[in-house]
Amino acid sequence: MMDTENLIKVLDEQSFFTGLSPEQMVVLASTAAEVDYSGGVEVFEEGGRADAAYLILEGAVALELHVTNRAHHIVQTLHESEVLGWGWLFPPHRWSFSARTLEPTKVVRFDAIQLRAAWESDCELGYEMMKRFAQVMTGRLAATRLQLVDFYGDTH
Amino acid sequence: MVTLTEPAVIDQMTPIPFKVRSVREELSHTFTLELEPPNGDFDFQPGQFTMVYAFGIGEVPISISSSSTREATLLQTIRRTGAVTHALGTLKSGDYVGIRGPYGTPWPMQESKGRDLLIVGGGIGLAPLRPAIYHALENRDDYERVVVLYGTRTPDDILFETELRRWGDRTDITTLITVDAADRGWYGAVGVVTRLIGRVGFDPSNTTALVCGPEIMMTVTAERLMEGYSMEPSNIYVTMERNMKCGIGVCGHCQFGAKFICTDGAVFSYSEVGHLFDIKGV
Repeated sequence: MMDTENLIKVLDEQSFFTGLSPEQMVVLASTAAEVDYSGGVEVFEEGGRADAAYLILEGAVALELHVTNRAHHIVQTLHESEVLGWGWLFPPHRWSFSARTLEPTKVVRFDAIQLRAAWESDCELGYEMMKRFAQVMTGRLAATRLQLVDFYGDTH
Repeated sequence: MVTLTEPAVIDQMTPIPFKVRSVREELSHTFTLELEPPNGDFDFQPGQFTMVYAFGIGEVPISISSSSTREATLLQTIRRTGAVTHALGTLKSGDYVGIRGPYGTPWPMQESKGRDLLIVGGGIGLAPLRPAIYHALENRDDYERVVVLYGTRTPDDILFETELRRWGDRTDITTLITVDAADRGWYGAVGVVTRLIGRVGFDPSNTTALVCGPEIMMTVTAERLMEGYSMEPSNIYVTMERNMKCGIGVCGHCQFGAKFICTDGAVFSYSEVGHLFDIKGV
C-alpha cells in the first residue's frame, strides 16, 4: 500500500487539489489509498452504502442506472482526473448509480467517514472541498441537462 | 427585333444534372448520395454546400461530405426530414439530381496552417467536417495537433463509424467518440461532446476550432472553449443552416441578422455570429 507521502505526490498532480496547503493535503491523503480494478468490475452498487469518494487516476468508469426489466443504462462515463461519486456527502449516504470499470482502472479511494470527520473538524478545509465538489456537481448536472435536450437533433 | 441577354443570375439558378452512382444508407434516417459530375470534375473547398434538386419536388441546401481531393465523385450526406430529402432518399443508381454550386464560405484550412485543429462534430454535423478532416490528413504537415471529437445520441447513430475507427487507430490524429446514452455493450464514452475537450491535448492559444452540429451544440462548445480555455471567438468556426432557397444571396430567405447564410457563410467565425445565437427568432 502506498504511504501518505507518496499519495500526496499523486494527489498533487491532480488539478482537483490544486491550491490546497501541504497541511490540508496531509489530512486528505491520510484518509486515502490507491486501488486498482480490472475491467468490468463494479466499484459500487446503486442503492448501496456510500462509504467512499474516488478520484480516477487511470482508466474509465461507467455510471449505470438499472431500470427494471431493461438493460443497464449508462448515464455517463468518467475518465482520468475526474471525481467519482458524491453520495457519501449527504444523508442517507447511498449511491444513486452503480459504477463499473470499463477497462483496468486505478483510483484513489478516500474513506468517507474519515473525510467527513476531517472536514467537520477543519471547516476551512471542509468549505474549500465542498466548493470543489459543488463545482463538479454543477458541471455534471449541466452536462446531463444537455443530454436530455436532444443535443444532436436535426441539422444539415 | 430585340435580343434579350440573360442575367447571370439565371445561370446560377439552373441546376446541372448529376448522375447518381450509388446511394449508401448510413444510419436509419441518413444516407449518402454519390454523384458523378457531368464533366468528371467538381471543384469545391471543405465546408461548402450545394443546392440539391429532386426533380419535380424541390431543392435543398446540403453540405458536401466528400474529400475535395480524394474522391472523384461528389458525396452529399442527407437526413430524411422532409419531402425533398425523402424523395432524394428514393433515388437509385442511374437516376439524376440537379446540382447548383458549390456555394458558401469554406472552413479556414489555409488560415489555420501551423496551428492545432480541434474539430468537433455533433450528429450529422460530422458530414460537413469530413472534407476538412481529410484535408488535414492529406496535408498533415501543415498543421500541428489534429483532434476530432464526435458526439451523437447512441452507438447506433454514429455517422461514418468505420472512418472514425480508422482515424482512431492513427497516431497523427486524436479521435474520440461519445454518445448520450448506451447499454453495457458500449465501451466508449457516454456524455455530451464538450466533456471530451478536457481529455485531449491542444494549445488553446494556437488552435482553430471547427464546430458543426445543432446550434445548441455549437453554442455550448464555443462557450466551453472560450470560458474554459480562453480561446478567442475569432478562432472558433461554426457552420450555420437556415432556410436557404436561392443559395446566391438574392432571395433573403436565409438572412441571419445582418448576414446571408448562403453567401456570407455558411461557415462563420463565432465572433461574427455568436451574439445572434441567443436572440429568439433570428
